[in-house]
Amino acid sequence: MKTADLFQETYTALSANKVRSGLTMLGIVIGIASVIAMISIGQGAQSSIQASIQSIGSNLIEVLPGQQKAAGTAVSSGRGTAKSLTADDAKTIQSGVTNVTAVTSEVSGRYQITASTLNTNTTVDGVSESYPAVRNMQIDQGTFFTDEQSAQLAKVAVLGPTVATDLFTDPATAVGQKIRINGQPFTVIGVTVTKGGNGFGSQDDMVFVPLMTAQRLLTGNQYLSTIDIQASSADVMTQVQNDVTALLLTQHEIKDPANADFSVINQADILATASSITGTFTILLAAIGGISLLVGGIGIMNMMLTTVTERTREIGLRKAIGATRADINNQFLTEAICLTLIGGIVGITLGWGIAFGVNASGLVKTSVSLSSVLIAFGVSAAIGVIFGYYPARRAARLNPIDALRYE
Amino acid sequence: MIELTNIRKTYGSGDTAFEALKGVSFTIEDGEFVAIMGPSGSGKSTLMNLLGCLDTPTAGTYHLDGKDVSTLSDDELALIRRTKIGFVFQSFNLLPRTSVMRNVSLPLVYAGISEEERGKHARAALIAAGLDEQHFNHRSNQLSGGQIQRVAIARALVNEPSLILADEPTGNLDTKTGNIVLETFQRLNRELGRTIILITHEPDVAEHADRILSIRDGNLVSDDKSHIKRAAAQTI
Repeated sequence: MKTADLFQETYTALSANKVRSGLTMLGIVIGIASVIAMISIGQGAQSSIQASIQSIGSNLIEVLPGQQKAAGTAVSSGRGTAKSLTADDAKTIQSGVTNVTAVTSEVSGRYQITASTLNTNTTVDGVSESYPAVRNMQIDQGTFFTDEQSAQLAKVAVLGPTVATDLFTDPATAVGQKIRINGQPFTVIGVTVTKGGNGFGSQDDMVFVPLMTAQRLLTGNQYLSTIDIQASSADVMTQVQNDVTALLLTQHEIKDPANADFSVINQADILATASSITGTFTILLAAIGGISLLVGGIGIMNMMLTTVTERTREIGLRKAIGATRADINNQFLTEAICLTLIGGIVGITLGWGIAFGVNASGLVKTSVSLSSVLIAFGVSAAIGVIFGYYPARRAARLNPIDALRYE
Repeated sequence: MIELTNIRKTYGSGDTAFEALKGVSFTIEDGEFVAIMGPSGSGKSTLMNLLGCLDTPTAGTYHLDGKDVSTLSDDELALIRRTKIGFVFQSFNLLPRTSVMRNVSLPLVYAGISEEERGKHARAALIAAGLDEQHFNHRSNQLSGGQIQRVAIARALVNEPSLILADEPTGNLDTKTGNIVLETFQRLNRELGRTIILITHEPDVAEHADRILSIRDGNLVSDDKSHIKRAAAQTI
């Protein structure tokens, strides 16, 4: 039997009972569509979380102070509180570690901030002038402070957009206004571009002042709360992390790494953790879609078995006029595969549509990957083969005499 | 040529074994028109299944055109049926909702013949079976009983088989239409030289053939050509 004839027979058989073929196909359509849509939502969530982490800055390594333990007591005041990092550490890292693009130091604290009529309480970061480059920050209005302003301990501040809104009735006029941070007068010289929440506190609700100004006027000491290091590429992150750790251990004269008074956090680690969470989430969603696909497959098998019983006489006739077992087997298998493939194509289109709709609704940014489409296509063909095999075999093995007499 | 030697067919085994054919032997030459007659339960259906290569005998040999087909496998029998045998069934067994042309060319589809060739053969077979050309592209459910049986005959003819087997071909037709169908068989036998075996339980249907084999209780009880003489005597 020729392939073209096989497809003509399949077309005739499937179009003979359009409603039933359509409903059976619907099972596969829903299954494939839900797999595509669910995976796209999962992957969309994954990439939006990743983008959010990347927005902090790319290839970032953070050095945080360790726990402070007062001599002679077991009382620990918690990680990040120790006064162990200094501007010298930052300088040493800048000069002593290879593959480092930029280093920026930070001191941070919460202070009451007042403008002429409004006031707020938020995080004030004393940062070095390389901060915007390292942390991927852009200025909306005005400017960021310069080297000179930093060196001169200028009392200037750059506001996050949330703070600008909190302090000024018209945030557009913020630049040039005077504010007081912890009682000290500062001049607003810039407002940053909105970044959105990033899962670790909003970067928009912050005030930036020159590092040394913050040390002198706000914290009153020379210690740092964070050193941010930007590596030159994602590939050298581990090397930079290891080198920074080794360098700081030597610098702080600590022999046992377990006693380190600082910790080095790699952005890649945070990304990996987030990815593994969203990955699990995607698998969960795909599994739900997979179950509906399985149910659809059983629907195909059910219909094919009914068809074989219904068409017993026809099968008997086909055998009587010379169809071999393989001919009959191929015919029924092709019917099942066609059902699932057509269902698969419609399902992919529908799934794509759902993903597009979810995207347009703004709930989650979805992305349909080529691999999920290919997998869905392969799975639907495989379902045709798996669930079509048994009915087709049953048809092929019918005895022509019994089949012809079947009422 | 068909040669049956001591054919036996037993169904079941042990105590419940039933012997449907108890050693049947006969020969049918090419171009003969033979009727196999017997009441129901006589074994004529079993004999037809064996002659049509739908089944194999328990014992004995069956030579079709010199080839022993009594020991072939399922798929080998299918190939024999495809090339050497055409069936006409009591219940027609056309594919529903399928055109006349497609129904007739179905045996050629399984033989892997091209669509163009199939069309030519199907047309010739339909003309030989006596169906008007206006019905060729109708669907099988748009035809009358007599027309349907002509389509079925055309389907049996289309692969130019050595043997056409007709199982109670007039069983579902009224007498007038039945006679037309029987005359069609006679004409095919006379004009195209086709070997035709007609299975029936009705003597007046059997008498349209040139030779009548009577089966009773699994045995061949008579092999008779006398009715032709009788018919000839009547016309004189």
